[in-house]
Amino acid sequence: MAEKKLMKGNEAIAEAAIRGGCRFYAGYPITPQNEIPEYMSWRLNEVGGHFVQAESEIAAINMVYGSAGAGGRAMTSSSSPGISLKQEGISYICGAELPCVIVNMVRSGPGLGGIQPAQCDYFQAVKGGGHGDYRMLVYAPNSVQECVNLMYDAYDKAEKYRLPVMMLGDGMLGQIMEAVELPPMKDPKTFPKKPWATTGEGIGKTRRIINSLYIVPDELEAMNKKLQKVYDEMAANETMVEEYKLDDAEIVLTAYGTVGRIVKSSVDLLREKGIKAGLIRPITVYPFPKDAFKRVGEMPCVKEIVAVELSTGQYIEDVKLYTECRKPVKFYGRSGGNVMSPEDVVDFVLKEVK
Amino acid sequence: MSIVFQKPKFLTDAPTHYCPGCSHGIVHRLVAEALEAVGAEGHVVGVAPVGCAVFAYNYFNCDMQEAAHGRAPAVATGIKYTNPDNIVFAYQGDGDLASIGLAEIVHAAARGVNITVIFINNAIYGMTGGQMAPTTLLGQKATTCIYGRDAMLNGNPIKVSEMLATLDGPSYVERVSVADVPNIKKAKKAIEKAFRNQAEGKGFSFVEVLCACPTNWHMTPLQAVEYVKGDMTKIFPLGVFKEV
Amino acid sequence: MERLIVAGFGGQGVLSLGQIIAYASMYENKNVTWLPSYGPEMRGGTANCSVVVDDNPIASPVIATPDTLIAMNKPSLDKFVDKVKSGGLVLVNSSLISEKVKRDDVTVVYVDANAVAHKVGNDKASNLVVLGAYIKYSNLFPKEVMLSTIEKVFAAKPKFIESNKACFMAGYEH
Repeated sequence: MAEKKLMKGNEAIAEAAIRGGCRFYAGYPITPQNEIPEYMSWRLNEVGGHFVQAESEIAAINMVYGSAGAGGRAMTSSSSPGISLKQEGISYICGAELPCVIVNMVRSGPGLGGIQPAQCDYFQAVKGGGHGDYRMLVYAPNSVQECVNLMYDAYDKAEKYRLPVMMLGDGMLGQIMEAVELPPMKDPKTFPKKPWATTGEGIGKTRRIINSLYIVPDELEAMNKKLQKVYDEMAANETMVEEYKLDDAEIVLTAYGTVGRIVKSSVDLLREKGIKAGLIRPITVYPFPKDAFKRVGEMPCVKEIVAVELSTGQYIEDVKLYTECRKPVKFYGRSGGNVMSPEDVVDFVLKEVK
Repeated sequence: MSIVFQKPKFLTDAPTHYCPGCSHGIVHRLVAEALEAVGAEGHVVGVAPVGCAVFAYNYFNCDMQEAAHGRAPAVATGIKYTNPDNIVFAYQGDGDLASIGLAEIVHAAARGVNITVIFINNAIYGMTGGQMAPTTLLGQKATTCIYGRDAMLNGNPIKVSEMLATLDGPSYVERVSVADVPNIKKAKKAIEKAFRNQAEGKGFSFVEVLCACPTNWHMTPLQAVEYVKGDMTKIFPLGVFKEV
Repeated sequence: MERLIVAGFGGQGVLSLGQIIAYASMYENKNVTWLPSYGPEMRGGTANCSVVVDDNPIASPVIATPDTLIAMNKPSLDKFVDKVKSGGLVLVNSSLISEKVKRDDVTVVYVDANAVAHKVGNDKASNLVVLGAYIKYSNLFPKEVMLSTIEKVFAAKPKFIESNKACFMAGYEH
């Protein structure tokens, strides 16, 4: 067994990124993700990579654009207001089909909001926060180990589909410490070649252009269709979901990320009280686990679904959409940086769900 | 028979979309010649801006990235740090560099990142149809200051070279013009030096080029070059502002 | 399963107290989560961390009803004491908290942590004194596990190891 290390989510995600091949990081300080740039600033140096403390989130995401376009494994991280600033760059990155990783340790909003944990950037992450028709592969890990596991292979996924991977966490996930097993360092020599990258050799017919500008409508439409095909393929291959005590569940709780973990305890507490509760937790929030949710909607034993989230009701829309409204879906959420306890969810179920 | 004129190998065969009398074509050529002079073949990446030069990726015969508006120095920074042996340049206009992208250029310069930036200053937004630029002269007319730029209403032009020269990061900052042959020759030397500096690892090099935009200035090409030599050069004096 | 909240002023070492328990848990092959309060609270205000230790994988790291509360100052005691589960354990740093806990359904241990730490000669280690008392009363781990954990955690600052261990033992034998 590999050696275990006690790490904060933020530090672990940074180390896993490096072990997964990241050699360029650009970012701008914002709470609660500062351990990521802090860690990267010394660690990337050790492995021959480059760290830049950018002048803004906007500059940082565009440095990532440049690095990814030049064939590097590049990363930026931020928290909600900073991710808003990055949206322009994210849209360009998607338009130019560049693989990279973006971490959002979500804090409460809107505006400057607060610095405590939230999940209020769900729409932004999964419906396309910037302009244009694009999607990303969005992971919502629930533990430090899951952060590491998903992050470790994130560049392989990003490069397979040539799109950004977003790690959607929250302040809790960034700050929590857990023991993790770290995978071995990947050897950059084994990474697939990128014939499209601007590595400097191109001239005449061999030159490469990284670009998202398509002035001719038919060309842009063809590009849009190509992207949609990629997203469909990604949905077919990459969708991930956790199901817990679902087989005989009458009350299905659903949540993603850290909340998915809190709610798992609620399921156990409800079961102790003789209530047949279960959990469905998307690990990818885009692509959304449509089939699994459709099955939940069709399960005869399921009487009611409760969507639990740290926002005023974003995730619930996809829950309703993909269970095709076959079962009533109730909402339980906290916001502003308040976090529910497992007992809060139990109380809600006992009071509001028949 | 000897060859007396030839297209530089770092320009493609694509016809440019630039207007008659526009200086972009001249500067493109000077950049291409400089790339050849420093032996950049096989290890060069350019970054195109948003603005009239947005299609520069079609004209420079090398690997190119198209950046979001104003972000070319950030994109170039990412490219350079990923493949430090490459010659990396950003080619930007005045709206791109001196307005929306001011933070990126100042910090790339302060960081001293070893790239070359060519700054086209024609004192107007060309691509969008002649709006006031951060470098528009006082009194100069634009579609968003139709009576002429008024300092009280519209603020004052930004002198980017002077500003960057105050920083410790840049190794070289010069302002040139391409309004006539003697100036073009000086500009050629400056641009070549800016690339040679990078090849020699000297750090951030910046050349501002005063350029004509007859279309949006509503002048003939001849009037436009006279305007560059006269009014524009008075406000934006030519010369080396920093050399380490 | 042990669910512990450690709370106090920023600078009292409440976060590191929790971390030492987290490290010990990891060395003992237990599952553990350490979830800190963060932000402006860290500087001057109150800080706290929630630590969950379990043989099974840990679902919620958020604690509504702690098994144990370690209160290093009065605001922390006031904030959390009513949340401790019936039959739970409350450790009170009596150096800074003069009042007594009014509940009679929990075990309360008063530790004059600052004075003990001062006597041992390491004023900064009042948190380790309380940690010692906590380990004694909770039996979470044998004291040897904690002593070796202190050695590992402070390996980078070797000159503090002995006095930290001494503070821990002073609390343990309290």
